Amino acid sequence: MDKLMSDLKTQIIAQLNLQDTKPEDIGDDQPLFVEGLGLDSIDALELIVLLQQHYKIKLSNAEDGPKVFRTVRTMAEYITAHQAQNA
Amino acid sequence: MSNDLYITASSSINTNIVSKNELLVFENKEPDLSQFLLSVYRHLDTQYPKFHKMDNLSKLGWLANEVLLKDSFDTAKYKPEDIGIVLSNANSSLDNDIKYMETVKEIASPALFVYTLPNIVIGEISIRHKFKGENAFFINEDFDAAFIQQYVGNLMHNEVLQCCICGWVEALGENYKAVLFLIEKDKSSNSVIFTKENLNKIYQIENG
Repeated sequence: MDKLMSDLKTQIIAQLNLQDTKPEDIGDDQPLFVEGLGLDSIDALELIVLLQQHYKIKLSNAEDGPKVFRTVRTMAEYITAHQAQNA
Repeated sequence: MSNDLYITASSSINTNIVSKNELLVFENKEPDLSQFLLSVYRHLDTQYPKFHKMDNLSKLGWLANEVLLKDSFDTAKYKPEDIGIVLSNANSSLDNDIKYMETVKEIASPALFVYTLPNIVIGEISIRHKFKGENAFFINEDFDAAFIQQYVGNLMHNEVLQCCICGWVEALGENYKAVLFLIEKDKSSNSVIFTKENLNKIYQIENG
C-alpha cells in the first residue's frame, strides 16, 4: 500500500501539472480537494483519466468519485480492492 | 472620438524578450516556448499554481497582462465590471486544439479540452484580477489597430467600460507574440492618445 500511495503521488503531480508540489508535500490522508491540495472539478476528471491510464480502472459510478478521490489513501484502497476483485 | 482616451501602458512578450512601456523587463534565450514562459513566470516572482495548468496561449496572455499591470495599475480605482478585456489573434486556440486532438486518439484530456477556446485566456486574466467587465476575443489575420481602436473606443465612450486591456495574443507551436495595451480615460505620465496610429506605432516597437 505504501508503494502504491507513493506512486500515486508522483502520478497525481504529473497528471495535474502541480509543478510547485513534491510527492512528500502530499499527506496520505490529506484531502485532495478544497482545503487540502485545492484541486478543482477539472482535476477530478483528470484523476479519472489517471485511473484509466495507469490502472485500467474505469470509475463505473460517478457518485463514487468524492469517496474514491478523497485522499491518496482512499484512491490506493480503491485500486487495491479493484485489482483484488479482478485477480 | 478617441481624443479623450489614453494608452497609459503597454507590454509585450516576443522573441524571448519581455518589455513594458518599451523598456526591457526580462530576456531569456530559452528556445522552448513552455520553458521560456515558465522562466518569465519565475522572474515575476508570482505565486499562482493554476498558471502551470494553462495552455501556452493562456500563459502568454496571462503573463503579458501581469507585466502590463504590475506595480503601476490601481485595481481599486475601478469597479470590477468597469474593467474589460478585448483581445485578438490569427490562430485562435489551434495550438492547444492540436494537442487535445492527439489525446482523443486514446483518452481525451479534460485539462486540455477546457482550453480549446481562445477566450479562455480572457477568463484566466479575469479570474486572477477579479475583472468582470465586457470582453471579447476576435480572430483577425493581423493586428488590426483600427478595429481595436473603434471597438474599445465605443465600449468606453458608451460608458460600458471605464478601462480596457486590449491587444494581440498569439501562440502556435514555437511562434508566439503578445502585445497588450491599457486604455484609460485619465492621462498619466508617459500616456499617449488612444489612436490607431499610436497603437500601430507601439505594436511595431514592441514587435521588435
